Order: sequence, then structure tokens, then C-alpha cells
Amino acid sequence: MTGQTTRPELLAVSGVTKAYPGVVANSDVSFSIKEGEVHALLGENGAGKSTLVKMIYGLVKPDSGSMRLSGAAYAPNEPRQARSSGVAMVFQHFSLFEALSVAENVALGMENPPKLRDLAGRIRKVSEEYGLPLDPDRMVGDLSAGERQRVEIIRCLLQDPKLLIMDEPTSVLTPQEVEILFKTLRQLSAEGTAILYISHKLEEIRALCDEATILRRGKVVATCTPRDRSAREMAELMVGATLTPPERGAKAKGETALQVSGLSVASPIPFGTSLKNIGFSVAKGEVLGIAGVAGNGQDELLLALSGELRTAAGTLSIDGKDVSALGPNDRRRAGLVAAPEERLGHAAAPDMSLVENALLSGATRQGLVKNGFIDWPATRSFAEGIVKDFDVRTPGTHVAARALSGGNLQKFVVGRELSQAPTVIVINQPTWGVDAAAAAAIRQAILDRAAQGAAVVVISQDLDELLEIADNFAALNEGRLTPPRPVAGLTIDEIGLMMGGAHGMEVAHHAH
Amino acid sequence: MLGDINPAVLIASLMVASVPIILAAIGELVVEKAGVLNLGVEGMMIMGAICGFVTAVATGNPYLGFLGGAVGAAALSLVFGFLTQFMLSNQVATGLALTLFGQGLSSLIGQGYNGVKPPLTGTVPLGPLADIPVLGRILFDHDWVVYFSVASIAAVWAVLKYTRVGLILRAVGESHDAAHALGYKVIRIRILAIMFGGAMAGIGGAYVSLIRVPQWTDGITAGAGWIALAIVVFASWKPWRVLLGAYLFGGITVLQLNLQAAGAAIPAHYLSMAPYLITILVLVVMSSGKGRASLNAPAALGQNFHASR
Repeated sequence: MTGQTTRPELLAVSGVTKAYPGVVANSDVSFSIKEGEVHALLGENGAGKSTLVKMIYGLVKPDSGSMRLSGAAYAPNEPRQARSSGVAMVFQHFSLFEALSVAENVALGMENPPKLRDLAGRIRKVSEEYGLPLDPDRMVGDLSAGERQRVEIIRCLLQDPKLLIMDEPTSVLTPQEVEILFKTLRQLSAEGTAILYISHKLEEIRALCDEATILRRGKVVATCTPRDRSAREMAELMVGATLTPPERGAKAKGETALQVSGLSVASPIPFGTSLKNIGFSVAKGEVLGIAGVAGNGQDELLLALSGELRTAAGTLSIDGKDVSALGPNDRRRAGLVAAPEERLGHAAAPDMSLVENALLSGATRQGLVKNGFIDWPATRSFAEGIVKDFDVRTPGTHVAARALSGGNLQKFVVGRELSQAPTVIVINQPTWGVDAAAAAAIRQAILDRAAQGAAVVVISQDLDELLEIADNFAALNEGRLTPPRPVAGLTIDEIGLMMGGAHGMEVAHHAH
Repeated sequence: MLGDINPAVLIASLMVASVPIILAAIGELVVEKAGVLNLGVEGMMIMGAICGFVTAVATGNPYLGFLGGAVGAAALSLVFGFLTQFMLSNQVATGLALTLFGQGLSSLIGQGYNGVKPPLTGTVPLGPLADIPVLGRILFDHDWVVYFSVASIAAVWAVLKYTRVGLILRAVGESHDAAHALGYKVIRIRILAIMFGGAMAGIGGAYVSLIRVPQWTDGITAGAGWIALAIVVFASWKPWRVLLGAYLFGGITVLQLNLQAAGAAIPAHYLSMAPYLITILVLVVMSSGKGRASLNAPAALGQNFHASR
């Protein structure tokens, strides 16, 4: 990747602006990408990265401004046009069909797909060429997250793109899988394909990207060469403030609060992962971090711990009492609170107000229901307390949960559980889709509860987060949990192996 | 007693009895494959029955009658499509309302048509084939709609399995967000599927009023639309199983009629109940095989799509 200054410009974006009611997603954004360049688009959630790439991919139309591709004016009305101009995109979410086969999924993303049988052959060939082996006949629902991403990448590669857009591609991968992905991307870049790489993982960007454009609140605030900057410098450009890592208080290890042993349960979710013989214990004051690539049993583990999924007798005990047969409310009474990953629809009822949502999980422990009647004043002050303590930005507690932004609602649902003086806390993805400042606040709150003597289980796909707050570390891999190990002294390679390595993908790249 | 029932005649008449259900069910299967749950099949069928009847009587041409039935029911389905796809109303409630609306409207249109005889639809002349013993009576002595119903199953099966249109339709029903992200027009595809479902239900309804009965009375479809809905689930969204389910239901219906005629010792009410009871039983058994039937359901079934998400 040397001598790129001599390369011709591929895409130029100039003065692009896009406003939605109440928010300007992009304001006068300009940047350019050269052929074969790996260009990073950096920014926090809500900085406007997604809107910007959606405009390049033709999903959203800019209000003003213009784009040029290979010197010609470029204004795609729909993804079809973008694809035929040589722009392809690998999505972060929402672009695969679980009940369809790999080949069918690939065909859906192509303009003029060949017959399925020929397509299957091409998928095999291209996937091996780039070290991403893939069986075209398998159902996507049965694939791991890493394999699913391969489907998306192959779908793009079959169209010989000039520009490949990747939206947060590594958030679902193990460290080993990230390495393989980077090799593939470097190979593509060497062949002249430009890559627009969206991420907020700074070390990855320093390892991979030639240039970076940093967005904050819809505006370009800086451009830089990532190799020449430290991750901290870039983070501060992104956030626009200096960041302080969470503090943890000194603590003495208490007695066991949550004991899980021999927990096996079939998944109630279609294409879900069943839990197999899970065992661990968490002491008072301890934070256990559970890592794993998405879809390896995280949701099921949360359901089993919260009581939404009952398990065999003797598999789960809180403070020495068997709670395996108890439902969520009885477990709350026993001291266990849980915050699931899905904020809207699982943690919170979208159309109910914050007060009502506070009642739903807080009624038992906070004593908000007396003789079958709801104590509204007490419920309201409980909800107001959460809003105040966790800095939830909302016009009031009367607004519907769905009206809050993702980060604010996350602060509310996590705060609601943490405010109930629990002895055991289970949280899945505590800071998913939350900006850096709010994430830091949530992590600090979790550490504070642990310091006060709560046993905490944090399930997360964000390794940095787990390494920051957890005392012990375990990983879920196809429904099995590795034995927990102390975080101190763990290397990233060991963590990767605990998470299941690269699912047998190493071989493919050694051939190169 | 059972000896009085001629098996060839029984099979031939069950094929006729199943036609309305097959047509309505295969139409609804396409709608549900696109991720839309239209519970208004009964309403669309009865609109098809009256529109087909009125058109046939007015023009004297039964073929135009079927066309009229298809158009009338498709127009009604468009009401459903508009409400659910553009106004984002709840699909279950809108579908139920559509049935009530269709029943009322058909009864209004049908004022003055009671006792009127529609033009007759003849059997397809297949010449010597119809004279083959047993087989000729079963297979080659029917009106064209019987053949059309089987052909429509084959066509839907082939389109869903082998064509790009079918793949896109299934993709939209599987995940509208993903389909939208890839640039497919979710709403347009769903509206077209809804109209197809309406037209097929309409032809099924017209078959009841023009051939099976043939005359007009209020509520003539007598729950066939609901059975069609059940059969789509019974078939776990697979076209050929729709045929199986419909023939099973049609067979039991015809059998119980024959048993009544033959003077079986069982009271007639229990016999009339039998097809519905057996449908419920089969559905319960099907869905109890944990997740098997539900796994094949389109993942986005019944969910409204809004592009801004």
C-alpha cells in the first residue's frame, strides 16, 4: 500500500448534507477515496456514519451536495444503481435471510445472477480464492456470525466492486476471524479495490487503514493518517472531549452469591443455540465477564438466568437457595435482576411510559403494588430517581419508551435494574449502541454496584468492555461455557481461543 | 351401507368440493410467503362469489363471471393492502374486519339475486378419455376450474422454487428489513401478493356460486375461507401440501354427505361437524411437533414494514 498518492481518485463526496426532522445527520460532509485505498470512517454512534454510507449506496438521497465516482457525476437513486456502478456494501445488520440458502442470499444481492447451480460453483471458487470457504447449499440460519459475514462479503466480491463499503464488520468476530478478514481486505486493496471501512475500534483502524475521516455530530472534524496517530488521540477527536476510564473500588471477595451447575436447556428461539452443561459461580462483589461471538447462546443464557426459561432442579441457586423452578418475579424477590440485550420489546414495552416500564420490573422489589393496587406516586418517584441517577435525557417520565434514543433507553433499563438493590445482576450487552460517554457511565454504575457487594454477570460481545470491568472472564462457544479465568494476565490470543478460535478458517489462508 | 358409496364418484366429487379451498389457500399461501397475514379470505371469497354471480348473470358468460369474481375480490383485497401497507394498521384486526365487511357488502349486492339461475359451466370435453372406466370418471370428467386449481398449485410451486420473482417474494416475507436494504420494493411486492391472493380467493368464491351450488344465497361460502387459512398452516407453507390438505378436507366433507345420504346411524349434525373437527385436530397435531411447523413459517409474517427503521 505504498505510492498511493499517485493513484487516481475513485470517489469524491463534496458538501453533502442530509437532515431528518429534528436532527441534521450530515452537514456539509466532504472527503475522497483513491483507488485501492482503505479509508476509515470514524465516529461515535449518531455521528452520521451510517447516513453517509447509505447515501453512497443509494438507500438515502442527500438534501444537497454532490458525489463523483471515477470522475463522473454519481447520484444513485437506489442500491441497484449503486451496485451497477461498482459500489458494494457489507451491512452491519439486516441483510441476510436466515431461512434461505447461502446461494439464494447471494443471488438476492446481485443484479443479474446466473442460474443457482452456476452461482454455487462461483461462490465456491471465489470464496476459496479469498480464504473465506463457504458452502453455498447451507441455510444461513445455521451459520456462525463470522460465516454469515463471509456470505455478505462474497456477495459483494462476485460483482467485482470498485468500492466496498464495510459497516462495523468486526463487531461480531473473534480476534482470529478479524485477522483473516484483514488479510482478505488487504488482498482486495492490493488488487485495486477501494474499501470504505466504518468502525469505532481504533486499534483495528490503525492496523488496517491508509486514511481516516472523523465525523462528529454530522460534520467532518478531522482527517488523518491512522498509523501516525495514537488511538487515544483519535478517540478524543471522535468524542470531542477527554475520556476517563472507569475507576474500580478496592474490594474483598465475598461468599458465593450465584451458583450455576450443569445447566442445559434447549433454545426457545428459532435457529437459536441450546445451552450445554453450563457451570460457574459468582461471588459477592465479583464481576464475571462472559464473551462470545453473537449467537453462541448469549440470549439463551440470559433467559435461563432471568427465569424466563426454567431449568432442571438444582442447576441454579442464589445465596445457596435453589431457584431453578422460579419464574422471573420470584427470582427478583430472591435478589436477581436481569437486563436483556433487546431494549425495545424485551427490556421495555415500547408504547408504555417510562413510569409504567419502571413498574414492570420494579414492582416486586420496590413494593410498588399494594393489595393488588398500583402505588402510582411511589412508582413515579422510582422512575424519576432512575432518570436522575443515570442521566437519562428525556422530557419527562410520562413519555413512551420508544421515544427515547437507544443510548438513553439503555441507560434507563440498566438503571432500573441497578436501582433495585439487587444481590445478583445479569446484563446482556450493557452498552450496545450507546455512545462513549454513556457507556462509561453505565460501566461505572455496574462497578459501583459490585463494590457495594452485588455479584455481577456481564454478557458482552465487546472484549474491551469486558477486560475493563470484569474480574473473571469466560466465553460462550456454541452453547458451552469455558471455565472462568481471572482477567489479569489473559492475552488476546488466549481469549480468541476461548471464544472458539476462527472456526477452522486458518487453513484457508495458509495456502496464500 | 358403505357399499352404497361408489369410490370413483366419491373421489371425483371430492375434487370438485376442494376447488374453492385450493384456490383460496394457494392465494393466501403466496400472501403469507410475502410476510402478510390476511385473515380476510372468507370476506374476499364471498365478494368473489357475488361479483362472479352478478357478472355471469349480466353477461350470460360464466368465464366472464369468474373474471368478475377475481376482480371484485382483488379490489376488496386492495382495501386491506392499503390499510395495512400504507396506513400500517394491524393485520389481524384489519383481516377480520375485511371478512365482516365482505359479508355485508356481498349481501347488499346480492339483493334481488336470490333464486336466479346462473349460466351453466360445462365439463371440459376430453372425448374418449372420459369413457375410460373409473379413471375417466375421476380425472377426465370435470369443469375447467378443477384443472385450473391443480395447475395453479403447480405454477405457484414452480415460481416460488425456481424463479427470481419467487425468491424475491420469499425474501420479503423472510426479512423485510434485509430486502429493503438490498433495494427491493417491499410494499409494492406485498401489495401485488395481496392482490394475487384476493383474485384467487375470488375465483374460489365464484366457483361456489357459479358451479358448486349454483345459485346465490347470503353466506354461501360457509366458512371455506377459514378452512383455507387453516390449510395454509396445515401445509406448512408448501404448495403441494395445500392440495393434500384441501383434498383431505374435501374428502371428509363429501364422505360425510354420502354417509348422511346412505342413512348412517350417526346423527347428521355430528357428520356435518366432522370436517371442521378433523381440521382442528390435524392443526393441533401439526403444531405440537415442537417448532417443526412453526419453523417453516415466513419469519416476517404479520409484521408491518416501515422504511424509516
